Amino acid sequence: MEFIWNFPLFSIVACLFVGVISSVLGKKAARILSWCLLGAVTAMSGAVLYYTISIGGSFTYMMGHFPAPWGNEVRAGVLEGMVAVLFSVIMLFAVIAGKEYIEHDLPKGKQNLYYSLVALLMSSLLALVYTNDIFTAYVFVEINTIAACGMVMMKNTGRSILAATKYMIMSLIGSGLLLIGITLLYELTGHLLMCDIKEAIDVLVESGQYQEPLTVIIALISVALAIKSALYPFHSWLPDAHGYSTPTSSAVLSGLVTKAYIFLLVKIFFRVIGWEVILQYKITDILFVFGVIGMIMGSVNAIMQKDAKKMIAYSSIAQFGYIYMGLGLGNIGGIIAAVFHMFMHGAVKSMLFISVGGLVEVSDEKTAWSKLTGSGYRNKVAGVAFTAGAIAMIGIPLFGGFISKILFATAAVDNSMVKMVITLLALAVSTMLNAWYFFKAIIRIYTPRGKREKAKKPTWLYVTVMAGFIVLNVFLGVFSDVVIEGIEAGIGMFV
Amino acid sequence: MGEILSGLFTNYYETVSMILFGIGFTTLLFHKNLLKKIMGLNIMDTAVCLLLAAHGYIEGRKAPIVVDGVTAVEAYINPVPSGLVLTGIVVSVSVTSVMLALTIRLYRRYHTLDIDEISKAVQKEGK
Repeated sequence: MEFIWNFPLFSIVACLFVGVISSVLGKKAARILSWCLLGAVTAMSGAVLYYTISIGGSFTYMMGHFPAPWGNEVRAGVLEGMVAVLFSVIMLFAVIAGKEYIEHDLPKGKQNLYYSLVALLMSSLLALVYTNDIFTAYVFVEINTIAACGMVMMKNTGRSILAATKYMIMSLIGSGLLLIGITLLYELTGHLLMCDIKEAIDVLVESGQYQEPLTVIIALISVALAIKSALYPFHSWLPDAHGYSTPTSSAVLSGLVTKAYIFLLVKIFFRVIGWEVILQYKITDILFVFGVIGMIMGSVNAIMQKDAKKMIAYSSIAQFGYIYMGLGLGNIGGIIAAVFHMFMHGAVKSMLFISVGGLVEVSDEKTAWSKLTGSGYRNKVAGVAFTAGAIAMIGIPLFGGFISKILFATAAVDNSMVKMVITLLALAVSTMLNAWYFFKAIIRIYTPRGKREKAKKPTWLYVTVMAGFIVLNVFLGVFSDVVIEGIEAGIGMFV
Repeated sequence: MGEILSGLFTNYYETVSMILFGIGFTTLLFHKNLLKKIMGLNIMDTAVCLLLAAHGYIEGRKAPIVVDGVTAVEAYINPVPSGLVLTGIVVSVSVTSVMLALTIRLYRRYHTLDIDEISKAVQKEGK
């Protein structure tokens, strides 16, 4: 056993400890501790990724040296490493860039608690990425819900508390369904570790027993995670929760929290139920239909929004539609496209939310588009970042959005005629709608208000982080080959 | 049909827990009153606990604590489902407390527990 095998567990436990310690520290100490923590987690995730690439495989770490049927396990392969690196980098950027907004938006004297929630959220995200035990996944799903909800309600306005309540109710419905799904799965197979469940399910499918319970379980788990990651008809909680919270919370919620649930679903599809069985039960077709509806409806709703943050939140719903459509295509190309889109959207959407926070800040804290006229001149850095994010989202070459749309299209061409036509049409329509509202937004922020605008002087830290965000996005666009190869290898290690 | 009905009566634990789960689920989703929503949440979680506990119990066996030197596997039940019930209870308690905290804050601001009325008041407040 190499020393690096401990890193996934170290990073999860370090986040939990910092979460507890931050609650008794002062504001500044908590902030610095959380930055150091996120930096350390990024380094450790990077080490895990480098190690898994260099050995060309995955490793399973037994907790407390209890062997398989009794003990809990942590597993890391190339894909887990990549997701962990991306999550920790985005979290670090969002927390550093959001420093001023956190100080401005949150009640004085309670800001250390925000960093405590950030650390708890990070620990649950990492645990969802690394865990090999399905009940542990459920427990961390709940921790994730509580931390994410806390980050929404910390702003302490009437709207944010109501948004947090709605978010909590929908999330709890999702968790309830997930819990009963996992319970039934445990009763059917007698195992909680992912690989053991898969072996048991293979036997069940071969012998043709218990087909109905298995269908119910697959449906319950898919619906539960779809509610939690705001697939179209279950999206009602998302616009409020993302729209009325502080920019860091919005960025982290849409960029990371929902992605963790989608990643968990992919993991369950491949490592718990088995991809062949999933295809046999046709759940992918249902996800495909809802994904396509979500792509169109999310964009249509985004066009109708007069509020900047809500527009971006609705755009997220459209992007989750893309991801579910990719999963629903039912071939490996579709999965790779979906996972790549997940990465791309995580990087772009968090940058968009942070930069809109900057634009709103220089427009008297008003989020309506009509008040944001010319804000690109008042906060130049945020304006540039917003423009970069918007064109990445539309799918202009050099950015990741272009690559993910190509991947979706090629995956669709390898598919049945009906799915191919629907996918290509939906991609075309959705891209047009995306371009419509994002170009409108860019024109709006760069329309001068007549008089000469006074520009806000940004801090060097803010400029660095925003530059980092743009570099991350360009990296996903230009070096997409490396990323796609990694995803392919990672999914290969799932099976 | 008759087979299904008799199955419902033989496995009455499962039947009851599914009915309870349905009651809790619909209350949580559709009831306007925030406190009743929280009750629905608790009923839902309890239903899952009942299902797990009922499945983990084997008639005539005891809790897995060795007494009087009996170490045969057949004498005890599997402790894992009971452990899962405990974990489920802990999780349910913590989410209930968060929901109650949110409800208290909303009640202090808007003096009502009806979520529709709170939404209207928030709209009117416009902040």
